[in-house]
Amino acid sequence: MTDSTSIATTTRRLSLLAVTMLALGACAKDQLADQNRGAASPGSARDFAVNVGDRVFFETDSSDFTSSAIQTLDSQAAWLQRYPNHLVAIEGHADERGTREYNYSLGARRAQAVNDYLVSRGVSSRRLRTISYGKERPVATCNDISCWSQNRRAVTVLEQPGAGF
Amino acid sequence: MKRLPLRLLAAALAALVAVPTLAPPVRAELYIDVRRGNFQPIPIAIADFGGDGEMAPKLAGIIAANLSRSGYFQVLDRGRFPENPSFNAAPNFGAWKGTGAQGLVVGRVTRDASGRLRAEFRLWDLMAGQQIVGQQYGTDANSWRRVAHIISDAVFSKITGVGGFFDTRIAFVDETGPKERRRKRLAVMDQDGANVRYLTPGDSAVVSPRYSPATQDIAYMSQPEGRQPRVSVINLETGARRVVGDFNDMTSSPRFSPDGRRLLIALQDGGNTNIHVMDLASKGTTRLTNSGAIDTSPSYSPDGSQIVFESDRGGKQQIYVMGADGSGQRRISFGDGSYSQPAWSPRGDLIAFTKQRPGGFAIGVMRPDGSNERLLAEGFHFEGPTWAPNGQYIVAFQDPGGQSGGKLRMIDVTGRVNIALPTPSFASDPTWSPLLGGGRAGQ
Repeated sequence: MTDSTSIATTTRRLSLLAVTMLALGACAKDQLADQNRGAASPGSARDFAVNVGDRVFFETDSSDFTSSAIQTLDSQAAWLQRYPNHLVAIEGHADERGTREYNYSLGARRAQAVNDYLVSRGVSSRRLRTISYGKERPVATCNDISCWSQNRRAVTVLEQPGAGF
Repeated sequence: MKRLPLRLLAAALAALVAVPTLAPPVRAELYIDVRRGNFQPIPIAIADFGGDGEMAPKLAGIIAANLSRSGYFQVLDRGRFPENPSFNAAPNFGAWKGTGAQGLVVGRVTRDASGRLRAEFRLWDLMAGQQIVGQQYGTDANSWRRVAHIISDAVFSKITGVGGFFDTRIAFVDETGPKERRRKRLAVMDQDGANVRYLTPGDSAVVSPRYSPATQDIAYMSQPEGRQPRVSVINLETGARRVVGDFNDMTSSPRFSPDGRRLLIALQDGGNTNIHVMDLASKGTTRLTNSGAIDTSPSYSPDGSQIVFESDRGGKQQIYVMGADGSGQRRISFGDGSYSQPAWSPRGDLIAFTKQRPGGFAIGVMRPDGSNERLLAEGFHFEGPTWAPNGQYIVAFQDPGGQSGGKLRMIDVTGRVNIALPTPSFASDPTWSPLLGGGRAGQ
C-alpha cells in the first residue's frame, strides 16, 4: 500500500466514523470516544479501527461484498497477518426491515462470508469465530434508509487472547 | 424481578358439572357463524353474579370484557337491563325483548370454609326462551380469574360453534431500554394482559419463544453477550431452563411437534441454515432440508404429518411445505413481495404468514395449498403471527420503528378484529398457549 492510498483510506474511515457518531446516542458516543482515546500505536485495537476499518456494509438481504468492502477486508487480512496474536470475533448484523429469525440467519451468513474471505486471504481460521446478532443490535435507529444501511454490517472485533474460544 | 409462583402456571381447576335447566328445551336460535366476515355482533347481557360480594362483580366484568374484545359480541349496557335477573329463576323473557339482547349470562359464586370457590353460570337464549348451557366449577381462590375465562369460553363456544380461547396465556418477549442495547426477557401473561410474570432474568437476550402444544414447556432462543444464540427450553412447572442439543453453530427458530415430543430447530451450517428435527427424549437429530440457502421458521401441521417453512432458496423469502420427514418440498407462496414466518392453524385450514412489500409489512392467511391469500392487517412493521388454540384469532406484533418498539395486536381470521393487547413495556414475538384446561373449556 502506498502512502497516498493509506492517507486516503484513513480519511475515508475517519469521515465514516464521524457520520456514525452523529447518528449514535450519547452513551454509544462515549464508548467510541473511549475506544479512540490515546495514540493509534501500531498493532493496537485503535490502529485497527482507525487505520484499517473494523466493519463492512451490505445491500438489503445480501451478503455480497461491495468493492469498498473488499478493500477493507483486504486491509483487515493484511493487518491480522502482521499482528498474529489477535483473536477475532466476526459479528453479523441485519437491519430492522426483515423478520427476526431470518435476520439471525442473514447475520450468520454475512459473518460467515467475512470469515471465509479473511481465510482466503491467509488468516488462520483458528483465530476466527462468528456471532450473529440478527437485527437485535442496531447502531442507528432512525426510520429511514440512512440508518438501515449502517445496520446491515459485519464487524471484525479484536478479542483478548482466550476470549470466547 | 417478580418471582414465579410456578404452581399457578399449571392447570388448577376441578372438574365441572352441568347446572340443571330451569326451562324446557326448544329450538335454539342463539348462534352466529363467525367463519365468514358478514355477520353482526350478537347483543348479549352479562348480569352481575350473585353470592360472594368481593368476587361476584369481578367475574361478570371479566366475562363482559372478554366477549366484547372478541369482536363477536355487543355487551348490553347494564343501565338498559329491564330486570335484575336471578340465578335461580328464568328471566322475564318478554321484558328483555325491547333491549335487543339475544343472550343473557347469569351466575353465582360462593366461597366454602376452606376458601375454595364454587362458581356456576347459565346462558339463556332470550329469543327462544331457553337455557342453552349451565355449568358449575370448583377451584382454589387464586384461580378466580380462570373461572371467568372458562365461563367466557363456554359462552363463546356455544354461540359461535368455534372452540374457546380465553382460558389461555400468551408468552412474549418483554423489551426495555434503548434500542441499541435492549433488554429482552421472556414473559407470560393471561390472554387479557393480566398476571404478567417474567420467566428469564434478562442477562441473556431471549427471542422467538414457542409454547409446546402438549407439555408445560416453552422453547426459545437465548443469546448471552458475545455468544451465538442457542435454542433453550424452560419448564413452566419447575422453572428449570436448559440448552437444547450440543451444536457448534447457532441454533434458532424452535417449534414443538403437536405431541410435544419433538422439536424443530434451524441449525446454522456455514452461511446456510437448515431445518432439523430433534427427538427430545433421545436427542437424536435428523436433517430435513439441505438447499444451500436459509431455511427457517418452520411450523407443523396440527396432525404432525407436514411442515410449512420459509426459504430464500429461490432468491427471496417464500413459503414451502414438505412432509414431516423432509420429503416433497414445494413452494406455495407466489404473490408479490416476500413471505415468511408461516404458522399452521391448529384448525388445519389456514397458514398465517408475514408478508413484506416495498410499502410495508402485513399479516395474512392462505390455504395450505397456497390459494385464497387474504391480508388481515398491515403496517410499517408487522410480524410474528401466532394462533389461538381455536384457529380463529392471531396475535402478532407491530412496531412503528425508530427508538420505539413492538406492541401486540390481536387479529381474527375474518379481518374484522384488530386490537391492541396491553403489555407493561414493548413486546414482541408472541406465542399463544394451548387451552390451560387441556381442551376441556368451551367444548
